[in-house]
Amino acid sequence: MGTYRILIAKPGLDGHDRGAKVIARALRDAGMEVIYLGLRQTPEMIAEAALQEDVDAVGLSILSGAHMTLLPRVVELLEQNGLDDVMVFAGGIIPDEDVPALKKTGVRGIFGPGTRIEDVVAFVHEQLGSKVTGES
Amino acid sequence: MAKDIVERLLAGDRRAVARLISRVENDGHEAVKALTALHPHTGQAHIVGVTGAPGTGKSTLVNELAKAYRAAGVRVGIVAVDPTSPFSGGALLGDRIRMRDLSGDPGVFIRSMATRGNLGGLARATADVVKVLDAAGYQTVLVETVGAGQSEVDIARTAHTTLVVEAPGLGDDVQAIKAGVLEIADILVVNKADREGAEHTKRALQMMLDLGTDQNVRHHGQISAVEGAAGVSPNGQGWRPIICSTVAVRGRGVTELMQAIADHQRYLQESGGWADRERARAAAELDRLLRDQLVTHVVKRIGRRAIDQALEQIVTRQVDAHAAVAVLLANAGLE
Repeated sequence: MGTYRILIAKPGLDGHDRGAKVIARALRDAGMEVIYLGLRQTPEMIAEAALQEDVDAVGLSILSGAHMTLLPRVVELLEQNGLDDVMVFAGGIIPDEDVPALKKTGVRGIFGPGTRIEDVVAFVHEQLGSKVTGES
Repeated sequence: MAKDIVERLLAGDRRAVARLISRVENDGHEAVKALTALHPHTGQAHIVGVTGAPGTGKSTLVNELAKAYRAAGVRVGIVAVDPTSPFSGGALLGDRIRMRDLSGDPGVFIRSMATRGNLGGLARATADVVKVLDAAGYQTVLVETVGAGQSEVDIARTAHTTLVVEAPGLGDDVQAIKAGVLEIADILVVNKADREGAEHTKRALQMMLDLGTDQNVRHHGQISAVEGAAGVSPNGQGWRPIICSTVAVRGRGVTELMQAIADHQRYLQESGGWADRERARAAAELDRLLRDQLVTHVVKRIGRRAIDQALEQIVTRQVDAHAAVAVLLANAGLE
């Protein structure tokens, strides 16, 4: 079957990537292959990388408050590129009141400040484990 | 099923390329079918390996090289390999970070791979992944490996042209010389050439090359036991590695490097070295596949139980391993 491949990126203009790096390392320690894109990614760059790397999930870290624009845009681009089976999750500074709307647009999990790393790892495991992997 | 996705790849569907790469990477039945279907479409790409110690700027250099190729209208595939953690089985694949400039360009395809336990600097599937990109029409495929060391033998078997990247100031001695990696280099790149010590590094490399080639004959990839080792032309002149200086971060020296790569390609084609390299690659692949299959078959024939029993006998010192294996083979009729 192979190993799970996860893309971790920071869309928008955030300058702080410590959280994203922590999650990336945690997922690596959990046995996954993490493609780390880093800072200042546009939704287009993220979708392009997700396509080329044939990832199972995309994790986005946003601290700037631009999540209501950026996250749905990423989901939209993934779908446009035929990547609707890619699981999208997000973390950073995302207020609770925005969570329902984000989930409606297709973001599967949202992890605000104070999230425990183990919870993110467990979530990714659980979501991907229940993924149906068919032939393309 | 395999034919369908291959057709889509040939029609330019990049998702098909990505899916096929995954299939090939995960090995197994589907991979074999895919590779068989792709085979007639492979053999065009110029495969350029890029290796060197961590911190020498390989990824940045690959980014600049790719940009230069694109400016020349060449379609570029990039395979960036990073190590799998032996403890967790996971990997952090961070080479794409240096390649932002290439995003949005449909003439570039970048794929990150983890070594997944292989020790030679590449993943076992890397050569096959390169074939997918080759079949998809990427004319130059840059393969960036983990880092320089004596374990970097894989790249010599996989690439037509191998670049070894050095950088000044990484220690008193040139890393490539210390690691014994000079033999595999067709082109030596002194990156970060604007730093102090760059001239010293160049001179040290020059000296090593002068010492090593008293007959002006180079054997590329010493592992290939094939007759007429690549890089040796009938008149014995051979290819003398070129030393290039670059400042990748500023894009300096990249045009000259591209020219050196083109020169090496032409040398290979004119000297018959290209055919030799292809032969060596095929031989290495055939050897590896045969070994894998043979071991699987033999183990099946002998039976796990017999092997476990032999292990017990060895551990209790009733017999040594060599004798035990001889018995196992004889009993299975494989003498």
